[in-house]
Amino acid sequence: MNNFLDQIPSLPVADSVETIMDWLTSHLSSLFDFVQTGGQSAMDGITDLLVMIPPILFILIVALISFLATRKKFGLAIFSVVGLLFIYNQGLWEELMNTITLVIFASIIAIIIGVPIGIFMSKSKWAEGIIKPILDFMQTMPGFVYLIPAVAFFGIGVVPGVFASVIFALPPTVRFTNLGIRQVPKELVEASDSYGSTGWQKLYKVELPLAKSTIMAGINQTVLLSLSMVVIASMIGAPGLGREVLSALQRAQVGNGFVAGLSLVIFAIIIDRLTQSLNKKK
Amino acid sequence: MTKLKVDHVTKIFGKHIGSALKLVDQKKSKTEILKQTGATIGVYDASFTVNEGEIFVIMGLSGSGKSTLIRLLNHLIEPTSGGIYIDGENLSDMNKSQLRKIRREKMSMVFQNFGLFPHRTILANTEYGLEVRGISKEERRLKAEKALENAGLLPYKDQYPSQLSGGMQQRVGLARALANDPDILLMDEAFSALDPLIRKDMQDELLDLQQKVKKTIIFITHDLNEALRIGDRIAIMKDGKIIQVGTGEDILTNPANEYVRSFTEDVDRSKVITVEKAMIRPISVNVELDGPKVALQRMREEEVSVLLAVDKKREFKGYITANDALEASKRGEKSVLGFLKTDMPTVSSDTLIQDVLGTISDSPTPIAVVKGERLEGVLIRGVVIESLATSSVGGDGNE
Ligand SMILES: Nc1ncnc2c1ncn2[C@@H]1O[C@H](COP(=O)(O)OP(=O)(O)OP(=O)(O)O)[C@@H](O)[C@H]1O
Ligand SMILES: [Mg+2]
Repeated sequence: MNNFLDQIPSLPVADSVETIMDWLTSHLSSLFDFVQTGGQSAMDGITDLLVMIPPILFILIVALISFLATRKKFGLAIFSVVGLLFIYNQGLWEELMNTITLVIFASIIAIIIGVPIGIFMSKSKWAEGIIKPILDFMQTMPGFVYLIPAVAFFGIGVVPGVFASVIFALPPTVRFTNLGIRQVPKELVEASDSYGSTGWQKLYKVELPLAKSTIMAGINQTVLLSLSMVVIASMIGAPGLGREVLSALQRAQVGNGFVAGLSLVIFAIIIDRLTQSLNKKK
Repeated sequence: MTKLKVDHVTKIFGKHIGSALKLVDQKKSKTEILKQTGATIGVYDASFTVNEGEIFVIMGLSGSGKSTLIRLLNHLIEPTSGGIYIDGENLSDMNKSQLRKIRREKMSMVFQNFGLFPHRTILANTEYGLEVRGISKEERRLKAEKALENAGLLPYKDQYPSQLSGGMQQRVGLARALANDPDILLMDEAFSALDPLIRKDMQDELLDLQQKVKKTIIFITHDLNEALRIGDRIAIMKDGKIIQVGTGEDILTNPANEYVRSFTEDVDRSKVITVEKAMIRPISVNVELDGPKVALQRMREEEVSVLLAVDKKREFKGYITANDALEASKRGEKSVLGFLKTDMPTVSSDTLIQDVLGTISDSPTPIAVVKGERLEGVLIRGVVIESLATSSVGGDGNE
């Protein structure tokens, strides 16, 4: 039996993928280069801008936003102030700004791509049938696998980091957008149709507003996932808190690793609560 | 004038439509067809016309295809075959934008669970149809406010649907439909989610409205009492087919088959209710004990001008009016016996109401209800009619 199985030649899956990648990198290299340089300078610009803001002002702004977003409760605001002061105190301020840039970029791109795909998916059973397994695939694949094509396309740095994060963080937004729109009560869709709405009118007057909180829940997950990619992306040279974690890991510096890790957690909590409370707000 | 024509319309859900149709031709039942082909008959070969200004009611049991049929009328569901004509134009021949135009201008729908958008205020909900038509902000606000005003809901315009009661929400649903000023209103069990009293109010409102604005209304219900109350004509559906179309009278007197008859059975209350259910407590005087003074006193107490007369065994003896009692009292009589009138009709307490309706409307006096000779109650015209009406509302309970 074993002999029989061994006689089947190994299928050249890895080779084929490699061929495709080679083809892509050689034929689309100018596009990738353009994205790499453009993206790099855009993100550097943003980070520089963020670093230029006096930290104390930055912290106060975040506190104010937290205060307003949580409907004038002090909890999150106080947590933000303390947490951010701690990060500053540990000398990780610039790293934090790098991380913020990466997370914001990756999330925004994931949202810009993900919401329309989700809408498309919700409108057609056929599209849903194709996209759903792809999303499953994307979500079960370990995050750092995405680093390989990212490096192949863009080399190293923050751009491939964002690229990998986008792919990794995309699925929840797509899924929840699809789900949110499909969950709109049938009677309301019918009401919209029966008054002669066009497809677009139905979408932005009825479906999207009603799906909003579900979509926001997906976006919240996307933001957190892209944050979780920060450490992994630092393996290919993306700057930020992740890189501190990584280098502490490589040098077995438990203390530094703990501090950088804690900073990431603080940032994650702030951003999670903020996106969640945006959702709750009426 | 014919406003809407439904011409041999069939809707089959699912695949294997061809083989399902063949089975229908072989007179196979709906469940059998579902079992064999997996296709569901929504509506089968429905044909009828609705005239302008008519209230056309569609009824049938759950799953008989009413909702499917009404959604075919505005092509929310596309027919498998057959045509729907509005003012002579076949909806199937229209492209998307022509169909939208029909939906925007000619017909509006009112939904069972109101179909209000929870994220929009009452005003914004009412404006919806006008908004998608691209009508200017001022104009649509004006029209929507007018529609809300007519429904008595203007003060609530800035509230959200969840803040309103069911009855109010459905008024908004109706106002939203009317703000569009459509020719045709499609109402799918529009009142079914409301409790009986509010439901009756809404029926009245709809009838009032119909008097004023003369829309063509297609109204779905599975309550025959409601159908009889508001419908000019009624269509009865079973398993996707239309079994009978006719006026309420037709349906009640000439049911096309057992199925239709079974619908009508629980409706005509006058045929099953006995007078016992409609009578009220008699205000009486015992002629063997009470004299004119007592009689007058009791009349004053009860605020009536007539007392029924009974003897010790409560046997009915006639009645006495206030004038006669006064006369007797003036003359110093000890008894009212000599002043009794006996021209009051009596009925036995187990008589059906329908059998006394004639007597009630002819008689100048109330009617005494007796069991044997004993006085049980009295029938008063207003109360009898009311009891018929309320017991027909009570019929909503058996949905
Ligand atoms: N989208 C659909 N897909 C498949 N079958 C459907 C669909 N819509 C309705 N049906 C079937 O068509 C039949 C008629 O349904 P419909 O909703 O028109 O009944 P109804 O008379 O409105 O019932 P109810 O009184 O419960 O509202 C039912 O057997 C139902 O299961
Ligand atoms: Mg229905």
